[in-house]
Amino acid sequence: MGFALLVVIWLITFGSAYFFIAKTWWLPLGASAAAHWIDGQFALTYVLMGIVFFAAQLSLGYIVWKYRERPSSGPVEYSHGNTTLEVVWTILTGVLFVGLNLMGSSVWASQRFDPAQPGAVPVEVTGMQFAWYFRYPGPDGKYGATNVKFMDPSAGGEAAVGLDTSDPAAKDDVVTGTMFLPVNREVDLSIRSVDVIHSFFVPSLRFKQDAVPGLNIHMHFTPNQIGDYEIACAELCGLGHYKMHGMVKVVSQEDFDKWLTAREAEKQ
Amino acid sequence: MAHEQLGRGGGVTEPPVRGGGDDGQGDDGSDYVGRLRRARLGVAVAIAAVVMIFVSLTSAYIVRQGLPTFDSPSNSYVRDWGEVSLPLALLIINSAVLLISSVTMEGARRSITRQSALAPVRSIPGVSLGAERRFPWLGLTVVLGIGFLAGQYLAWSELRRRGFFIPTNPNSSFVYLFTGVHAVHLAGGVVALLWAGVTSVLDKPIESRRIAIDVTAWYWHFMALLWIYVFALLEFAR
Amino acid sequence: MATTATLHSHAPQGFIRKYIFSLDHKVIGLQYFFLALTAVWVGMFLSLLMRIHLVWPTASLPLVGEIRPEMYLSLLTMHGTIMVFFVLTTAPQGGFGNYFLPIQIGAPDMAFPVLNMLSFWTTFIGFVVILAAFFVSGGAPLHGWTGYPPLSAVQSAGPGEGLGADLWITSIAIFCAASLMGALNFITTTLDLRAKGMRLMRMPLTVWSWFITAILGLLAFGVLLSAGILLLMDRNLGTSFYVPLIVVNGQIMGHKGGSPLLWQHLFWFFGHPEVYIAILPGMGVTSQVLSTFSRKPIFGYKAMVYAMLSIGFLGFMVWGHHMFMSGMSPYSAFAFSLLTMCIGVPSAIKTFNWLGTMWKGRIRFYTPMLFAIGFVSLFVSGGLSGPFLAQPVLDIQLHDTYFVVGHFHLIMGVAAIFGIFAATYYWFPKMFGRMMNEGWGKAHFWLTFIGTYAIFMPMHYLGMAGGTRRYSQYTEVAYLQRLMPIHTFMTYAAMITIASQFIFLINLFWSMFKGAKASDNPWESTTLEWTTATPPPHDNFGGRTPLVNHGPYEYGVPGAAKDFIMQTDAASTPAH
Repeated sequence: MGFALLVVIWLITFGSAYFFIAKTWWLPLGASAAAHWIDGQFALTYVLMGIVFFAAQLSLGYIVWKYRERPSSGPVEYSHGNTTLEVVWTILTGVLFVGLNLMGSSVWASQRFDPAQPGAVPVEVTGMQFAWYFRYPGPDGKYGATNVKFMDPSAGGEAAVGLDTSDPAAKDDVVTGTMFLPVNREVDLSIRSVDVIHSFFVPSLRFKQDAVPGLNIHMHFTPNQIGDYEIACAELCGLGHYKMHGMVKVVSQEDFDKWLTAREAEKQ
Repeated sequence: MAHEQLGRGGGVTEPPVRGGGDDGQGDDGSDYVGRLRRARLGVAVAIAAVVMIFVSLTSAYIVRQGLPTFDSPSNSYVRDWGEVSLPLALLIINSAVLLISSVTMEGARRSITRQSALAPVRSIPGVSLGAERRFPWLGLTVVLGIGFLAGQYLAWSELRRRGFFIPTNPNSSFVYLFTGVHAVHLAGGVVALLWAGVTSVLDKPIESRRIAIDVTAWYWHFMALLWIYVFALLEFAR
Repeated sequence: MATTATLHSHAPQGFIRKYIFSLDHKVIGLQYFFLALTAVWVGMFLSLLMRIHLVWPTASLPLVGEIRPEMYLSLLTMHGTIMVFFVLTTAPQGGFGNYFLPIQIGAPDMAFPVLNMLSFWTTFIGFVVILAAFFVSGGAPLHGWTGYPPLSAVQSAGPGEGLGADLWITSIAIFCAASLMGALNFITTTLDLRAKGMRLMRMPLTVWSWFITAILGLLAFGVLLSAGILLLMDRNLGTSFYVPLIVVNGQIMGHKGGSPLLWQHLFWFFGHPEVYIAILPGMGVTSQVLSTFSRKPIFGYKAMVYAMLSIGFLGFMVWGHHMFMSGMSPYSAFAFSLLTMCIGVPSAIKTFNWLGTMWKGRIRFYTPMLFAIGFVSLFVSGGLSGPFLAQPVLDIQLHDTYFVVGHFHLIMGVAAIFGIFAATYYWFPKMFGRMMNEGWGKAHFWLTFIGTYAIFMPMHYLGMAGGTRRYSQYTEVAYLQRLMPIHTFMTYAAMITIASQFIFLINLFWSMFKGAKASDNPWESTTLEWTTATPPPHDNFGGRTPLVNHGPYEYGVPGAAKDFIMQTDAASTPAH
């Protein structure tokens, strides 16, 4: 029985670890400037935790086999513990866990403590049951006012976000269902929700932020690879949660300007 | 009484002892002292739970008061706490009623403590301690307690008359919430008092009656302190 | 003449007083146990439907027909709520805690037997109320066991969010009251009813775990109750605690200014201690079983106690790690993150000490021991995904994915359950006077151990690849479609593992009537429950009171006549 336990525990350990090492299903391609740092912290964490995982599981399997009771077993080692050992492994564990955390915190700080740089591309993201809308403030750089009075989600576009068309700042606002972004420029997001909590999650951009009604949350990131990246809502928002998806299209600055100009023109 | 061994290897046992671990006092005849201590410990623990309810309501109060909400027409954050005009005179009278009820409650507690201390003496045949007039501390407390609840009801009516209903603004919501939750707990205390009164009519042993009134009294005092806290919070922390 | 009121009544007569409204903690413990057993089969059935739907979304199943997305979400909500409350907070604490706490400390019953009975029946009513949510118009709510508003606060936000959601909140409120009653009893009993010689530092680790769990419950459930009251008010009385100005289904709702984050803070202030409530008793049982079946004292008894105390204490300071992505201040996130990493330390200490207990022991592989060993393995696996989630910068990627689902299922849905299994197999002889079948027990262990790893380990891969949770199907998002093979594998693993639980169920009931008769101490264990008759008499010790002379885990004492010394034995032991 002890041997069976050793074999099964070791097999489970190696088996699970295999998929982590082979990266059979893994983090998607990182297409933002932060991805390098985030993925680095990931790698550090899973190497360290992997070592602990192996050490703990393999020794568990070994111990239950080695110390199985047999007629030839000697007496047990009567002991109530070892204070030195306790202190040592407490300190080591503390250093490991806290150290790991502090190393990751600089990445967190750079992502979240400071606002976007001036010159970032402003985009407002609005979540609602069950779609994402994106608003560009246009040449005046200001978002026009919105008001629940003007909200009509079924009409899509400007009506979905409740744009107050009487506000002069709203005249040049562009509302779309797909998010276009220029590559290698920081994006200054304003994240909102109309009804319940949603979450704007783009795995490839290593970005997630809950869209909370009653709040307008500013976040930033910098896409650094051209491509199409899927958005999946990451906070349970009702029966359509599974199909509340969208697309982020990262294109060259030229293509972005062309696209935005075309959208502005449509408004006239 | 024969002491039998319990467990293998010859452990010596003692007559039933109640009470924590290594401070067992040995045979004290009845476990009345233990029951009182246990009941008081129980009510202290219960009070801790009620405290947590009010701590969480208080943090909700502070958070809701302070947190702004995004107003999209003006593209800015605004606060919407609102004002409430509390019927102060009524609430102050009510507070006085509750505080007096704490005094009468304490009277009841001390009275029954004395009675239960004297019970063994009184039970000696031929001994009389004279006729004792029993002041109706307990009854008075019940009346004052119910009076407080009635007063709260009047306060709510006055609030409504002034145009402050539960959903009027967050401030008024919390006023009803805090006073309502307190009232529910106080009503529980009133039920406990009625039960303590009923046990005396049913002629339960004096020790049991003393325990019931003792723990109810501590709970009752806590309810008074809690009310002062709630009143102060609603009046000053807005 | 003053009568001597005793703590417990004489043995009751009559079916109702003996089995229905019993004041005997042993009967009440069994009532809790069987309530949890019923709840877990309901919860497993719900999860089976979920797993089948994920792989075959359009299939029409027997009994339930086709599962629409909203129904999937109701299954998910009720699965979580029933499992967390009516299984994991009920069986380890209400079940085994009730049965064995008094006996293990040498008491004849709990401090307040009437309150104990009331706490069970209140829990029972809570269970009935939550099941009722399935049958009302609109059905059960779809907002997840975490019930975030505004989704849970607005009746028109989804099917099931009407009466079903009100019943859900009411059931939870009833459960809060029941838990507070139970906590009161456990705390008072542990502090006040220990037999002579049962110092705090001689209590079995199971008693410590029940005691600390009760303190956590006492301080946490009141907060959940407050949160629930506020939610009921927002839903029904037009208040705006949690709900800001929103538009649902084209209608402007009558709320404004409320904060959805307020619910999250209140809920998780309760919710995090709750998960420690779910796991601590399992840790206590694991310590007890590992020590007994290694024939060695627990390694580092004092460290184990301090570790549990620190876990309990720190458990109240880390709730924000559920909210890193919520819009909470990133500075708060940093603070919560650091504290969360700290709480990994006492958990690690416990793991080292479990390994240390078995080191140089003489391990006997009875079924309880297998589940205790399984607990250690699963606790390590589930615990090590914690440091990923505890770092906000990694949580960006992992929050609300299957990585989280895998993490908490390995710990709560498997390790804690293994704790319950270990307790069942270990204490069955004492409760029922018969032995469970060893062969079937071992079969149950192997199938469940391998099966649960097969179900929950792949969730980590799914999560890292961006596999979002609470999706009723993966058909609409292209990158999710590519991850379906993982779901298919997990569903087959789930079907096999759930089927294996019948082995346990049959073994349990068959052994109650037909199992081999058990002696008073079949495992040669040292704690007080093994000094008394099997099953214990009404007052636990047959009119006597134990006198405790030893600590709880005196196995393998050099020079002793046998390889174990019971807590009530008079023999001397080496100073320690």
